[in-house]
Amino acid sequence: MAYDKFTVLTSTAVPLPIENVDTDQIIPARFLKATERKGFGDNLFRDWRYNQDNSPKEDFVLNNPTYSGKILVGGKNFGSGSSREHAAWSVYDYGFRCVVSSFFADIFKNNCLNIGVLPVQVSAAFLADIFAAIEADPSTELVIDLPEQSISISSTGASENFDINSYKKGNMTNGFDDIDYLLNIKDNIRDFADNTPL
Amino acid sequence: MKKTLFDKVWDSHVVQQVQDGPDILFIDRHMVHEVTSPVAFLGLKNRNIPVMYPERTFATADHNTPTINQHLPVQDPLSANQLKALEENATQHGISYWGLGHEKNGIVHVVGPEYGITQPGATIVCGDSHTSTHGAFGAIAFGIGTSEVEMVLSTQCIMQPKPKSMRININGELGKGVTSKDVALYIISRLSTSGATGYFVEYAGDVFTNMSMEGRMTVCNLSIEMGARGGMIAPDHKTFDYIQGREFTPTGANWDKAMTYWETLHTDAGANFDKEYHFDAAEIEPMITYGTNPGMGMGITNGIPTADAVEGGEATYKKSLAYMGYNEGEDMIGKPIDFVFLGSCTNGRIEDFRAFAEIIKGRKKADNVTAWLVPGSHKVLNAIKEEGILDQLHQAGFELREPGCSACLAMNDDKVPTGKYAVSTSNRNFEGRQGPGSRTLLASPIVAAAAAVTGKVTDPRTLL
Ligand code: SF4
Repeated sequence: MAYDKFTVLTSTAVPLPIENVDTDQIIPARFLKATERKGFGDNLFRDWRYNQDNSPKEDFVLNNPTYSGKILVGGKNFGSGSSREHAAWSVYDYGFRCVVSSFFADIFKNNCLNIGVLPVQVSAAFLADIFAAIEADPSTELVIDLPEQSISISSTGASENFDINSYKKGNMTNGFDDIDYLLNIKDNIRDFADNTPL
Repeated sequence: MKKTLFDKVWDSHVVQQVQDGPDILFIDRHMVHEVTSPVAFLGLKNRNIPVMYPERTFATADHNTPTINQHLPVQDPLSANQLKALEENATQHGISYWGLGHEKNGIVHVVGPEYGITQPGATIVCGDSHTSTHGAFGAIAFGIGTSEVEMVLSTQCIMQPKPKSMRININGELGKGVTSKDVALYIISRLSTSGATGYFVEYAGDVFTNMSMEGRMTVCNLSIEMGARGGMIAPDHKTFDYIQGREFTPTGANWDKAMTYWETLHTDAGANFDKEYHFDAAEIEPMITYGTNPGMGMGITNGIPTADAVEGGEATYKKSLAYMGYNEGEDMIGKPIDFVFLGSCTNGRIEDFRAFAEIIKGRKKADNVTAWLVPGSHKVLNAIKEEGILDQLHQAGFELREPGCSACLAMNDDKVPTGKYAVSTSNRNFEGRQGPGSRTLLASPIVAAAAAVTGKVTDPRTLL
């Protein structure tokens, strides 16, 4: 599925300083029954966001009007657990275009890259700086510059570089996906398949 | 150059490399289920492209299916809709489909090996993270997202950078009452839930050599819970004996040809790993988890660690214990429980039911316990009946349900109520994993059995 091109994103951010945020928290399994990719944003962090009677939990950050923006900042080991791409969809559909953490689970990171959410991995110290800056001033903006592979905190001027493989970077900046690439080499794949032992 | 088992299988499946980018990896077998596939099939429709190799793709319904009255129409309209979508998609694209009630139906990672779809040296993917299970046969198997399901359906390939390699060696002999599940939970507790992120793991040493194929599947299944993409064990005579004669296993000259390949599948002496661990089998006790991730596990007779003794954020640790209703330093032995779940692709195979039966035989289910015993497949269900295990279960006051993922992810009606404690043989104890507000203690089938007959957390060695 095509998605919007990603180059430079300047936005306030929503802080979620919890470690090991797993995909069952991002989107609980009971919301995976759809056959289309629609409306997943409503159930992002469902059980942290709503009580069982569907009233909002006041103390959860997504229900706090002080914090908003297109960037989600999470604690270490964000996205562990299931391979459900619904987790990345719900992050995207809610309106986030970028997730920042000091460490990401593999499959979640891949899923994000495949659907146009940029995972930005920063050092633990820089992550702590981001949380501190947002706490001091919730209107602090983060600037994510994908071509330069840098992230900076507008209020303090602090910045750090992040890694992304150049192929994925090209996809993100152009809004391409892997299938476009693979469909172009189908003949090579067919030749390869004809010679596999299994 | 000396190669690892992983290198050999990976390298032989690289169609080409993208410059400064990922490898394009050819996928031999693709397993599909109802939950992570509909949007992928929709993608094919939107692009107007076919499934490239339907004969390499296998579909089963498991995640979202009821485990009672499977002969009746599925009650939940959303679940029914997903099942219908899978059936239609499979039929339209010429993919084998083992739907609800089909004799081959079952959990995707249980039926793959049962029918010989899982083979040594193969690359296997599925839109479910526990695809790592198939690594028990010396395959490279890992979970993928829905965009990647679409990718494999349309091109039989996936684009992945080659992961780093890790070897976990465990030598020595396991003690009484210590199972493959305990070995896995022990490793995860030592490495943490992110300790193997970015790595593909090979398990080596006496403990794995001596393990049954079922046990190896349990270990490889749980690789993902320490962040690894997958885990694998070199195939040996046990592997070949297991697969021979199964429906999708090669025969005759093809078997011989495959064997020539399979016999090369071991790590060369002196091959290099990016990371290596050594543990001693004698250190491992029957394990149980006390928190909200699979890394929060300990020997069943220990006390819950204090926040200062664990690595990582104290706030996260305290939040986790508060969710569980436990305190630092408490014993787990004697903690009351409400539910027992035996099943899932981690421990829903015949060996797991045999182990459970060994403990409950001649005893009675505790009155305060609701037990859900869910076979991983129809084949497992039939074996339970044939081996007389069903009678033993009935005599002890247990009932058996029909195959499916069930309370492993609680997408169907098998949900543990808020605040209740479940000893579960599945793979995740995340907040709400087994139902909103549910509290999960992960353990082996015999720890689950001991809890089922005593109504509390009990050292199974006292009942063996
Ligand atoms: S049993 Fe659980 S982990 Fe296994 S395939 Fe089903 S949902 Fe996934």
